[in-house]
Amino acid sequence: MFDLKGYGPELLSGAVVTIELAFLSLALALVLGLIGAAAKLSNSRVAVGVATTYTTLIRGVPDLVMMLLFYYGGQVCVNMLSDYIWDTYEVDFFFQFNPFISGVITIGLIFGAYMTETFRGAFLAVETGQIEAARAYGFSTWHTFRRVMVPQMLRHALPGIGNNWQVLLKTTALVSIIGLTDMVRVAEEAAKAERMPFHFFIPVAFVYLALTAGSELFIKWLDKRANAGVIQES
Amino acid sequence: MPPDFIAAWLNRNEIFTAMTIMEYWDGMVTTVQLVFLCLIIGLAFAVPLAILRTVKNPFVSGPVWLYTYIFRGTPLLIQLYIIYYGVAQIPGIQETFWWEIFREPFYPALLAFTLNTCAYTTEIIRGAIISTPHGEIEAAKAYGMNWFMRMRRIVLPSAARRAVQAYSNEVIFMLHSSAIASVVTIVDLTGAARNIYSRFYAPFDAFIFVALCYMVLTFILVFVFRKIENHLLRHQRPAGS
Repeated sequence: MFDLKGYGPELLSGAVVTIELAFLSLALALVLGLIGAAAKLSNSRVAVGVATTYTTLIRGVPDLVMMLLFYYGGQVCVNMLSDYIWDTYEVDFFFQFNPFISGVITIGLIFGAYMTETFRGAFLAVETGQIEAARAYGFSTWHTFRRVMVPQMLRHALPGIGNNWQVLLKTTALVSIIGLTDMVRVAEEAAKAERMPFHFFIPVAFVYLALTAGSELFIKWLDKRANAGVIQES
Repeated sequence: MPPDFIAAWLNRNEIFTAMTIMEYWDGMVTTVQLVFLCLIIGLAFAVPLAILRTVKNPFVSGPVWLYTYIFRGTPLLIQLYIIYYGVAQIPGIQETFWWEIFREPFYPALLAFTLNTCAYTTEIIRGAIISTPHGEIEAAKAYGMNWFMRMRRIVLPSAARRAVQAYSNEVIFMLHSSAIASVVTIVDLTGAARNIYSRFYAPFDAFIFVALCYMVLTFILVFVFRKIENHLLRHQRPAGS
């Protein structure tokens, strides 16, 4: 069948890197999204301002530019910090800012902004009656949030999370540009060395296709479960 | 900030000189050309494809579905790599006039971006077409309009109104995706920033400035689309406003 010219194992470990990157970024994005949505819906003007600036900034700047900024800029920051620590405490402190970390941070930050909007909309879709009922039972704000708002919000947020996840998965390919040896990077090196672009890129494209198709099915299944007991219109 | 502080900073700075500003400007021109061309061509092909996608016959709509599924399911970077590295491998292409065109990285990138945005736009327009209210089509039929006139006068204008919001997102997405053109040696805005970064080793100056440029472009697009949306939906405005 496929003759991957001995690049098979490397491609496979690249695929694992891609998947790890995607899941870690998703986790970061979900956390940031929840915090962002809570901030946007809070009564504090400062919190609303910070969250709005965050989402506006992220949506105005290309992901690649952000990634380059965090990767190269992050290294400069680490260098400055290690210089400072050496000067003041004479302690040798240095670490290489690697592409994986900057990839997770960048993608997490970017999709955290999109998740903020998703969660905000989902929280607003929870009926106020539910919150009032919780209050009438004497639930505290945190309790209302955890026991009433979050479980009911998830149903509304799921389609949005699914869409963001599909886009996130494809965005992970960009991390190969800053030097992470993910699937795309391995394929690019192999394609250049063997002068066979189709031979290496098309299988990688199909792996992505399989990943997006698989997640589509999984999200559909989750959606069905989350909507169990809800009377569907029409 | 006091003005003399700014003057002092501008005198000391080696990065934002006339030369680098010109580099950024050239990059901006390339980005705008690339994005504008791919959007126009993509939209032109997306409308007929979307109509084909709504046809009941699976032999007509199937291939269009497959095309949009593949191009929406894989990263644009891979599509760009396949086209950029792939065209040189097509046997015999180096003897034809196509080689003159595709030797420049601009055209493979344009092709990849066009195919990608066309796939997304097709799905957006298809969604708008299939959600046309039944009554509108029945009314058009009752007036004796044939299929072509129904499409042109009723379905497509009403679909445009429903699609414009999602399409504006796609346009902004395309602007941001175009940054990856810098990977195949095109000096667009991001490419200019990467050159300037490597010359001065100044990531913050180079990339924050270019981020601001993209942000300005994004806000211009948002503004333009808000105008278009207001224009298309003007019949829904309350009377007298």
